[in-house]
Amino acid sequence: MTGRQIMTADEIRRATIRISHEIVEKQAGTAGLALVGIQRRGVPLARRIAEAIAEHEGVTLPVGALDITFYRDDLSLVAQQPLVKGTDLPFDLNGATVVLVDDVLYTGRTIRAAMDALVDFGRPQAIRLAVLIDRGHRELPIRADHVGKNVPTSREEIVRVHLAETDGEDGVDIERLVGAVAEPVAG
Amino acid sequence: MSLAVPDGTGIDLPPVVASSAPGNSAPVRWGHRHLLDLDVVSWPEIELVMQTTDAMREVLARPIAKVPVLRGTGVTILFYEASTRTRVSFEVAAKNLSADVVNIAAATSSVTKGESLVDTIRTVEALGADMIVIRHGTSGAPYLAAEHFGGSILNGGDGWHAHPSQALLDLYTIRGNLPGGPDLHGRKVVILGDVLHSRVARSNIWSLTAAGADLWLCGPSTLLRGFERWAASLAEVPGHGRFTVTADLNAALRDADVVMALRLQRERMSGGLLPSLREYAARFGLTLDRLALARPDVLVMHPGPMNEGVEIAPEVAVDPRSVITDQVTNGVAVRMALLYLLAGAAGKAPEASGG
Repeated sequence: MTGRQIMTADEIRRATIRISHEIVEKQAGTAGLALVGIQRRGVPLARRIAEAIAEHEGVTLPVGALDITFYRDDLSLVAQQPLVKGTDLPFDLNGATVVLVDDVLYTGRTIRAAMDALVDFGRPQAIRLAVLIDRGHRELPIRADHVGKNVPTSREEIVRVHLAETDGEDGVDIERLVGAVAEPVAG
Repeated sequence: MSLAVPDGTGIDLPPVVASSAPGNSAPVRWGHRHLLDLDVVSWPEIELVMQTTDAMREVLARPIAKVPVLRGTGVTILFYEASTRTRVSFEVAAKNLSADVVNIAAATSSVTKGESLVDTIRTVEALGADMIVIRHGTSGAPYLAAEHFGGSILNGGDGWHAHPSQALLDLYTIRGNLPGGPDLHGRKVVILGDVLHSRVARSNIWSLTAAGADLWLCGPSTLLRGFERWAASLAEVPGHGRFTVTADLNAALRDADVVMALRLQRERMSGGLLPSLREYAARFGLTLDRLALARPDVLVMHPGPMNEGVEIAPEVAVDPRSVITDQVTNGVAVRMALLYLLAGAAGKAPEASGG
């Protein structure tokens, strides 16, 4: 298995700040905005975007965490389940513009599950999507509104996002599997 | 199929598998297709149940307390003995996870026409059950069911032998309410009363010793038969928790952190074990006076249903130190966690990868 870096810590920082500007620009302000990170690495990314918005707009947006384990559609495919990391949405979703935040957009199934989960909590006025990496290979009609970096990949590759909060340091690697069994990856 | 078969029915000595090393932070997978008893469940797996239960409590607190994780999974609840809280809480738990629930009460089923347990299990499987929650008056019946069922068996209580979901909700309730935090190491937990007939006590022995509690079993010596031998055998296992067996109520209650009163199981009582209910209540009933021996912040528990005025005084049951209603509430969340984890082990739950 060989890995090569496709984003450095600085590039992640710049992409996060750019996304934070795009989110505010698209909303024409910060009114009604809320950020919801998808467990696990979407959560620190959502916090970083909120911090960047607080810095340039002077407004602290509500940030939530969403665990989509109970909403996945791939039941019965694999005989194991991830540890449930918990959902915490400490604000009213009704009427809010919710920006879902995740590290990697791949098949789109995580986002489908996240939207199902969100609507169980209320009726947002709109749901948008911000991701650090879009690696293609969508299996559902889903696209991101804000993308840190588009990365063409093959299905035999694994994109690994490392964040200081969860992994000790920032960076994005791409690895090609050589006859190896795919380990679970976020995305 | 990794089916665990018991050596006996509880009083005998099953092999000690449970690890007594809490604090293992390595990721743990639930490794059992069935939940028959806690003797084969490791401490890290018990902690996984506790963590998953936390997530289920969050689900229960939502405006819509329902998630689709077990959509399309058939759960059959097959009870050969009377039950309110266990049956209803398994049913509510399964419905909260969007499973399709079928209830069978043996009294109104073909069991009354002489259908055998194995035939019933095969019939239920043919009708589409993926999981069966079974309660049976015969110790070991769920093990027999597991041999003939292609899905998962959850033991909802068998004879005197085991009631693992009750023991797990008891542990969860203790950890969530114990002053000073959830670590049970060195904390004195007393199980009081009809230990002999109690599947709740037997399953609790596995989980509470694995948790490191200073466990005491107390009751009339006629209702403690066989447990000293069990305690002695555990004491020979290095690093494993142990328990104390005594008929001395005052010694047991002194400075206790948790007192769990057991229901006196009159329907299982054969002659000669007790002189009379009145004498039992007078000598072993949990009263406010006796509770004064325990720590001031003691937790009072009871698995229900209670014989108030026999094993527990009515005013103790409703005392602020009682967490008996917490036990019932936590029962739903714990059973949601168990259904979810067992469905995963049987290949009916989500994978971690994807997009």
